[in-house]
Amino acid sequence: MALTPVITEFWDDPSLYTLDGYKSHGGYVALADALKQDPDSIIATVKDSGLRGRGGAGFPTGLKWSFVPQNDGKEHYLVVNADESEPGACKDIPIMIANPHALVEGVIITSYAIRASHAFIYIRGEVPHAIRRVALAVEQARAAGLIGNDILGSGFDLNIVVHAGAGAYICGEETALLDSLEGYRGQPRLKPPFPAVAGLYASPTVINNVETIANIPYIVGRGVDWFRQFGTEKSPGFKVFAVSGHVKRPGIYEAPLGITMRELLDYAGGMRDGRPVKFWLPGGSSVPMLTAEHLDIPLTYEDMAAAGTMLGTGTPMMFDDTVSVVKAVTRWLEFYKHESCGKCTPCREGTYWITGVLEKFEHGHGSSEEVETLVTLCNQISGRSFCALGDAAATPYPAALKYFRDEFDAAITTSADEQFNPSASYVFAEAVSR
Amino acid sequence: MTLTSTTRVELQQLAAQYPQPRSALLPMLHLVQSVEGEVTAEGITACAEVLGITAAEATAVATFYTMYKRDAVAKHHIGVCTNTLCGLLGGDAVYDALSARLGVGHNQVNADGFMLERIECQAACTHAPVMTVDWEFMDDVTPGTAVAVVDALSRGEQVQATRGPVIRSFVATEHTLAFPLDGLAAADNSVDDKMLAGLRVAQERNMSAPSIPQEH
Ligand SMILES: Cc1cc2nc3c(=O)[nH]c(=O)nc-3n(C[C@H](O)[C@H](O)[C@H](O)COP(=O)(O)O)c2cc1C
Ligand code: SF4
Ligand code: FES
Repeated sequence: MALTPVITEFWDDPSLYTLDGYKSHGGYVALADALKQDPDSIIATVKDSGLRGRGGAGFPTGLKWSFVPQNDGKEHYLVVNADESEPGACKDIPIMIANPHALVEGVIITSYAIRASHAFIYIRGEVPHAIRRVALAVEQARAAGLIGNDILGSGFDLNIVVHAGAGAYICGEETALLDSLEGYRGQPRLKPPFPAVAGLYASPTVINNVETIANIPYIVGRGVDWFRQFGTEKSPGFKVFAVSGHVKRPGIYEAPLGITMRELLDYAGGMRDGRPVKFWLPGGSSVPMLTAEHLDIPLTYEDMAAAGTMLGTGTPMMFDDTVSVVKAVTRWLEFYKHESCGKCTPCREGTYWITGVLEKFEHGHGSSEEVETLVTLCNQISGRSFCALGDAAATPYPAALKYFRDEFDAAITTSADEQFNPSASYVFAEAVSR
Repeated sequence: MTLTSTTRVELQQLAAQYPQPRSALLPMLHLVQSVEGEVTAEGITACAEVLGITAAEATAVATFYTMYKRDAVAKHHIGVCTNTLCGLLGGDAVYDALSARLGVGHNQVNADGFMLERIECQAACTHAPVMTVDWEFMDDVTPGTAVAVVDALSRGEQVQATRGPVIRSFVATEHTLAFPLDGLAAADNSVDDKMLAGLRVAQERNMSAPSIPQEH
């Protein structure tokens, strides 16, 4: 399947981040068009396009928008989730750096469709360069009358605030994000009520991922039929895939949903030194890992689910045979333990216990009993936690055990670093010979 | 350092940006940190006063987020991503080299005002191993290049982020997080080869997205 740059099409134009640069490639034409339509017809277009959220869960975007009660006289809000902190996810920050106006145009069209007069772009705090580029894009759009009162004479008013977070993975969870944006600790809320009914300031709120919103100008501008030429019936459209790890040319590759990992890997130059793929994760550390057997499965929501994993953020991490799976899983659990917000017991305590046991394995002090204890611990967290971070924390170990049980058995006596020389997996020349 | 009237005016400006002022608390804490290099009791009180909340309420928020520091970062914050992908691809070795060079461990500040921190995934995994200086990207580092960056900063030399501007200081970045229109968006290294990898392959092989069907 061929690569299809859409959001990334003009990234080699260094002026793309400016209003003039973006406009020179057809930017803001879709907005002018959208403002002449009825908001409901834009919601219908997005529904018909079949666009699914690019933040990880793949929820249908138009359907989400249609949950917002219309003409209820209440203030509505759009919140863009630009917290991108999932280990392995690295596509929203590049979009905001290279093509911030696609996001801003998407925000304006979406706000108009859901009848929001305030929008917020919540960007994780650790990426100042993305924040300044989005802030500049908003400022330039405001100066050009594309944000503010009576936009392009349509009578539609919109204010956009670019907001910096302060370091907390959990703030990517949509309700924790809302608490954080209200100036509190970022801890998830009970659902229902869902944000579409009671979100920011207890008002109807749509929360969408950066890439989701960056799709909107292209869908509205080019139409449903155009959009549905990409992808499958259940997974229409294109995807900004970010391929990382032991590949020759890690980077951003935009392609239709349904491309296979083998094809993407080929575009990325293959694995370094021609080594084999040991394991890979299609979209972040929260989705179960796959192996070389799975390289020909189409990267769609439905095919990944059938393979026992998820498309997630669509940012494949590729690891070759120099990597210890025990070490990889332990490190991810250390992350979840660190990022658990502490609100509920299964996740707060469970991530602590799993990490402790895994660290014993990493150092070659596991036991055959504990191989099973870890399964029990994961089962006690999964489905019993307050939010999906707990489920995510219970994901890496069972998936790894399924394919690499022998490595955990070996770690009963032999540390990860003895099994796999750590420097062999380094990507720089200072590594020892592999 | 004490907060000046300028800072208090800026705190008010932040609060005024939101439908409900308390929403400004995170940016406000970045702002007070930009003055003091850490979040102090004085800074927290200043935020709380502007918002009409108690200092205890503001403290509960400040202690939740990892970017708010309780030791003054006098000059530079050095982050090394040691999450799985970066760590295993060499970030662990980068961290060890920097720790030896700076003479401090995780979340500690050395006598020269450099703080070292093991950080989580920086949304730059395509550029592993990733280091940050005052949160600006230092992509694709090795132990050698990472130490050279710190050496250059120590000598007061100019250091350029890989995707972003010339490095300023920890407090300057904190100010940017409160007021992001800092005039540094232009940096022409912002979009690099890795961000263009797929586009270049598509151009070489004459691949493009399908055109718009006739009826549109
Ligand atoms: C722990 C956790 C972290 C998350 N982090 C992000 C994130 O950084 N960005 C994001 O868009 N969605 C993230 N999500 C998913 C959001 O909760 C939500 O589903 C998404 O923002 C909805 O947007 P979409 O429908 O456009 O994908 C996270 C979810 C969880 C449970
Ligand atoms: S599952 Fe974890 S992150 Fe989610 S609410 Fe519970 S403690 Fe917090
Ligand atoms: S794992 Fe280091 S930037 Fe993602």
